[in-house]
Amino acid sequence: MPHIVTDKCQRCRFTDCVTTCPVACFHGDAQMLYIDNVQCVDCGACVPACPVHAIYEQSELPPDKLEWLAINAQRAPALPIIEDKQVPLPTAEARKRELGY
Amino acid sequence: MSSGTDAGSLGSAGNPLRVAIVGSGPSGFYAAEALFKSPVTVRVDMIERLPVPFGLVRHGVAPDHPRLKQPVLVYDKIARSPGFTFLGNVTVGRDISVPQLQATHHAVIFACGAESDRRLGLPNEDLPGSHTATEFVGWYNAHPDYRERSFDLGAEAAVIIGQGNVAVDVARILCKSVDELRTTDIAEHALNALAASRIRDIHIIGRRGPAQASFTFKELRELGELPGCVTLVSRSDLDLQPACVAELDDRNNFNAAKNVEILRSWATHSATMADKRIWFHFQQSPVAMAGTGRLERITLERNCLTGPPFGQSAKGTGATFDLGCGLLFRSIGYRGLPLPGVPFDSLKGVFSNTAGRIGDKPGLYAAGWIKRGPSGIIGTNRADAVATVQSLLADLPLLDARPKPGAESLHAALAGGSQVLAYDDWRRIDAEEQRLGLVLGKPREKMTRVRDMLALAGSKQESCHDG
Repeated sequence: MPHIVTDKCQRCRFTDCVTTCPVACFHGDAQMLYIDNVQCVDCGACVPACPVHAIYEQSELPPDKLEWLAINAQRAPALPIIEDKQVPLPTAEARKRELGY
Repeated sequence: MSSGTDAGSLGSAGNPLRVAIVGSGPSGFYAAEALFKSPVTVRVDMIERLPVPFGLVRHGVAPDHPRLKQPVLVYDKIARSPGFTFLGNVTVGRDISVPQLQATHHAVIFACGAESDRRLGLPNEDLPGSHTATEFVGWYNAHPDYRERSFDLGAEAAVIIGQGNVAVDVARILCKSVDELRTTDIAEHALNALAASRIRDIHIIGRRGPAQASFTFKELRELGELPGCVTLVSRSDLDLQPACVAELDDRNNFNAAKNVEILRSWATHSATMADKRIWFHFQQSPVAMAGTGRLERITLERNCLTGPPFGQSAKGTGATFDLGCGLLFRSIGYRGLPLPGVPFDSLKGVFSNTAGRIGDKPGLYAAGWIKRGPSGIIGTNRADAVATVQSLLADLPLLDARPKPGAESLHAALAGGSQVLAYDDWRRIDAEEQRLGLVLGKPREKMTRVRDMLALAGSKQESCHDG
């Protein structure tokens, strides 16, 4: 059961998650990150690392975010691996507050 | 002050930065990875006291969690980097000293983990029947140091003191049927002993409340999903004080909130629902252990919680009760071991350090559990090791810039002593373990004796001459 990055990552893209991944399974485009569900070993280390809790285990996905399972599976393999922390988007802090964190 | 030498500045091709990494678990490998990704030319010599690498990923992660062992594929790739040398079966502090490493390398990173465990500090703690989770886990995971341990699984009840993921692993392995474990890489000697187990009740006892339990919620939840087992929690334990409720309301503390949610969902379970029962007890601490020749009973004291949210501590109330107990595992935290030549913080059980830097002279560093204590999971060590390497690289201008001899001189110093294993020797052991496992229907059967590993490594390889 893989872990999934949801739309809360958009307009943030903090990338704190990638620093905790033991198997480098995060991929990213300019907007957000995605988890390769084949490489993900379900360790859960990334979940508490995200400042806005954008990552969910599949069984914990809120009903309105179920589509993100397929989106991560489709997009991740085609995008470059992100292994190192990057600078968040300029809108990150505002988005974090907006999300209640 | 270091300046260029005839060979070139430190970190150039003519004068590579030579780093010795002590320990071959996750933090050691993530430190090596961070070094190889840095802009300087670096040589990494990884020293491991066992003949085989990978630390707790090999000897800690439970056999029924095979996916969590996948990181070894990442470590294998790092080990194949040019400039990486593995030296197995070498004990720093015995075969080689820290000052020697400082002479042969520009910097040393200790990534040697926390091999010991915290004690309860009670008389009779070492009576037969009183064990540590460390030794039980090492035993079922085929760690050579624990091969000869034995556990009397003939009693119907076992007590585990501690409420973290290691306690959960112990409970789960004791609860699972032999059929469920038979196809994992659990040590065959453990499988045989567990096949004879009569344990039906497992009591997991913590000194604080549900909101302070250290489990990651995924691991806790899994206990509630074991076939043939029922998890039991009393409703009164789930009646939380305001300070605990405040802790759970903090959005950043959602692991604790999930733990409590899971525990609450178990409050409707009853003991008759299954043949094996896992009981959770909160706000209790063992204060005495007794028995004649072996552990027979423990005395538990009820605790109250005092303090502010996130500062809740357990305070004994004086109310005690006895529990008949013949098998106990303490699982209250691993603890690092000191090493001559390295400042040790005996309160925390770590090498004294600031941002991974040990001591006031540059050159000694720590990563992983020996740096920050035994917390977190495999991936937690990656960010930790990256930060240590950042400290090391920032110190480059302060290190002795003269070229260092590195692994070559280590091999010379160790020649005539105990056998040093190379990474290729691990590959042969790996292949042999998989071959042995195939026969038994397991992914591998781990070799459990150092002498067998050394013999395999030392044996002449049959070569196929193609002309």
